[in-house]
Amino acid sequence: MNRNIRILGVALILCFVALFVQLNRIQIFQQKELQENPSNMRSVIRDFNRERGEIITIDGEIIAKSLKVEGQLKYERTYPYGDLYAHSTGFFSFQYGADGLERYYNDQLAGQKETQQFNSLKDIFTVTDTSADLTITLNHSLQETAKEALGERNGSVVVVDPRTGAILAFWSYPSYDPSIFGSSDLQAGEKAWEEYSSLPSAEDPRLPKMYREIFFPGSTFKLVTASAALTSTSATLTQPEFDIRATYTPPLTTFPLQNFAGSTCGGDILEGLRVSCNTTFAELAAEIVGAESLIETSEKFGFNQLPPIDLPSPAESIFPDDFGNQVGETNAEPPIPILENTPALAQSGIGQFNVKSTPLQMALVAATIANDGILMKPHLMNSFTDQNGELIEAYKPLIWQSVLSRQDALSLQSAMEITATSGTATNLAIPGVVVGGKTGTAQVDADRPDDTHGWIVGYAGPKDGESTLAIAVIVESVLGQGQLTGGTDAAPIAKEVLLEALRIQGFL
Amino acid sequence: MKSRNRNIEFFLLLFVAVLVVAGYVLASLGRSSSIPANIVPFLIGILLLLLLAHLAVRKFAPRADFSLLPLAGLLNGIGYFVIARLDKDLAGLQATWTLIGVAAFIATLVFIPQIRRLEQYRYILMIIGVVFLIMPLIPGFGREINGAKIWVSIGSINFQPGEFAKIVLAIFFSAYIVEKRDVLATTSVGRFGVAIPEIRHLGPILLAWGVSLIVMVAEKDLGSSLLFFTLFVALLWISTGKASYLIMSGVLFSGGALLAWSQFSHVQERVDIWLKPFDDPTGDGYQIVQSSFALAEGGFTGTGLGVGTPENIPAVETDFILAAIGEELGLVGTTAVLTLFLLLVGSGLKIALTSTRPFEKLLSAGLTTLLGFQAFIIIAGVVRLLPLTGVTLPFVSYGGSSLLANWVLLALLLRISDEVRKGKTDENPMTMGAG
Repeated sequence: MNRNIRILGVALILCFVALFVQLNRIQIFQQKELQENPSNMRSVIRDFNRERGEIITIDGEIIAKSLKVEGQLKYERTYPYGDLYAHSTGFFSFQYGADGLERYYNDQLAGQKETQQFNSLKDIFTVTDTSADLTITLNHSLQETAKEALGERNGSVVVVDPRTGAILAFWSYPSYDPSIFGSSDLQAGEKAWEEYSSLPSAEDPRLPKMYREIFFPGSTFKLVTASAALTSTSATLTQPEFDIRATYTPPLTTFPLQNFAGSTCGGDILEGLRVSCNTTFAELAAEIVGAESLIETSEKFGFNQLPPIDLPSPAESIFPDDFGNQVGETNAEPPIPILENTPALAQSGIGQFNVKSTPLQMALVAATIANDGILMKPHLMNSFTDQNGELIEAYKPLIWQSVLSRQDALSLQSAMEITATSGTATNLAIPGVVVGGKTGTAQVDADRPDDTHGWIVGYAGPKDGESTLAIAVIVESVLGQGQLTGGTDAAPIAKEVLLEALRIQGFL
Repeated sequence: MKSRNRNIEFFLLLFVAVLVVAGYVLASLGRSSSIPANIVPFLIGILLLLLLAHLAVRKFAPRADFSLLPLAGLLNGIGYFVIARLDKDLAGLQATWTLIGVAAFIATLVFIPQIRRLEQYRYILMIIGVVFLIMPLIPGFGREINGAKIWVSIGSINFQPGEFAKIVLAIFFSAYIVEKRDVLATTSVGRFGVAIPEIRHLGPILLAWGVSLIVMVAEKDLGSSLLFFTLFVALLWISTGKASYLIMSGVLFSGGALLAWSQFSHVQERVDIWLKPFDDPTGDGYQIVQSSFALAEGGFTGTGLGVGTPENIPAVETDFILAAIGEELGLVGTTAVLTLFLLLVGSGLKIALTSTRPFEKLLSAGLTTLLGFQAFIIIAGVVRLLPLTGVTLPFVSYGGSSLLANWVLLALLLRISDEVRKGKTDENPMTMGAG
């Protein structure tokens, strides 16, 4: 009997060894896999049960914070300025996850980064708050100015420091109050979510259009075409000269391309930029620069790439990368190929056809020219601090791409400054400082051939120093608003914002 | 000898009290960052309870094993502070049940001064056991809770008679097998040279198999069914040493389980959930999937007591309490619980090995098997090693019937342990001086 009792003992030990092995599998070896399982809500519940770091503007306004509440969830997330920062912070929701900075920097805000594992042992005895506060580059008074200047018109305002890529204002209308999704009142959040989801995507206030929506850039894209000409051909601001005319008919088509409002213009590239001459830039793109250079230059500016911004799911700005096979050669010196879609290339050179850009991307085009040809990585993060106020991490500016030679950038600067003083962008000019600009009036889409969005891109800075601000503003033509133009609709908004920014920077 | 055992037990119990109070305080700190308001009464309560049990052992089973009471006390205490952290109302009830359990433990020691007396009542006990087992099936008595028909309601009191049936049946099995041991051990050589028991002695095993099948199918209680059958077969095998019993019952049980699986949707459902819990993580698989998430969340050291979110596992206070322990105390915590059960099994089997009378030997092995195997099948369910069977984790899970029954079971083991040593000292007067 004793022998069998011993065997029974061994059998029971083996049973428990099997349990131990299986527990090791689940708790250690499959741990990561199980934690990342999409139906695992634990991380969300955990996040809502502990305090989360604040998000603070560079000038010290708290724009996202955790509030202790009574109920099933211990904390809710509120955004004291309502819709003002919604498209930057995003939301932090129990049901709908997170978006914006809340999502991009979730680990830091939740205190999940780095030493989480090692803190666990200590956490048995005390709950330490490892969450970090995020200071972002946005300036509160500038953001408010941007919101007021645009008013209740659909559109976006992006202000960047060209020297560092820091985003100073980031506004798009319509916006929404993210507190409703961060609230512990889950039903209110659900109601708002469903309401927004029933809207057409272009009208959904949750959409941060400045970095997730693309528009025809229209004439603001002429800056890219001009850059390509200066970079890759022998052209200069004053060479060659184009015919003064009302229309231009590209090779391989009989369909003429017109100047804005049927006007007549021509002359050199400088003049083309100053009055925003379509015929000049269409011919420049189609017959002198060519597809290859234009694609290359636009990609250097950031088209056809995901912008390296610290926000989730940014949209890629598009420049078509294929204009068909070669069917001939232009008369230019050196000659460039005529392609099957050269007419489309002509359209692309003035920011139409299939060229589409986010407002952020166009702000970066202006910033690159203002920063003497160097494109900096755009970013919102300025620094992280721990709960004792100690600095954990500070942002160091990074070059994204070298786009233009200093020489070419300076040429383009002079053209943009002339455009602001005596061209289409005079509404942008500010006495006492250097301002450069380029307007755009861009087709909305093929269904509404007569409606246009108004664009402006530009930069500003002190007379005796480098430019400290770059801006892009788009005012969208919503159905029934008809034609909006960069010069009259977008430029005054940009000017108001630049005035405030220059005041903040101490140049006015 | 006897006072030395009791002194060790006393210090172990003090240690248990410290651990349980520490766990209770930490869970409260983790939950609300505050020391529980009732910490002094809690400390006094737990010390009094353990002291009471200790004094009863000192008085009524002075020579008994020293480890059983502290092990059970620690498991009960771990269960208590985890339940207190999960649900304050249940914690109050569990405290009451613990008190009743310890009272029953003392009563068992007092009223069963000699284990061999139970041997005489084997057939009455068998009837009581079977009645307990099938009670939930009697219309008007039985209640189905969470898909298992294992409850009986008398007035406002609900209890699970199966928890008591297992003890009563363990006594009956042991007595019955001892009585029929010679016959059961008789074999005839079969056609293939394998020793098989004579057909007429297969009666009992077939009966046990039948009853276990009824429990499985009619009460939808796979766990208890497996537990009873395993208990019976283990005792039969220990007593006769015939491997053929093991093989036959293995075949019988597998056959029965296969039959049940092919015929009954609730059995199929359990098996499907076991094999593919992630196919329906928010529906049928929810419980087991949440349990896996909780265990993974705990990792090696756990989230810390009171800091995890085990609340969203259905039945976390009863069947799934190990998942809560695994989340907040990690692999360290689950391994500690496994170790405590192994130590309990070790101490129990040691009693079986040292006892000289067959009845006591079988009974202590049987009771130990009940404890160890029940812990195994519920943990195996929680960690997806076996299909989930709704039995409690002895001493740890919330539940009055289970707690009460297991404290009685523990008292019986202590009683046997005391008798074994007493018997030894009686039979060998030479060693008396050693105490």
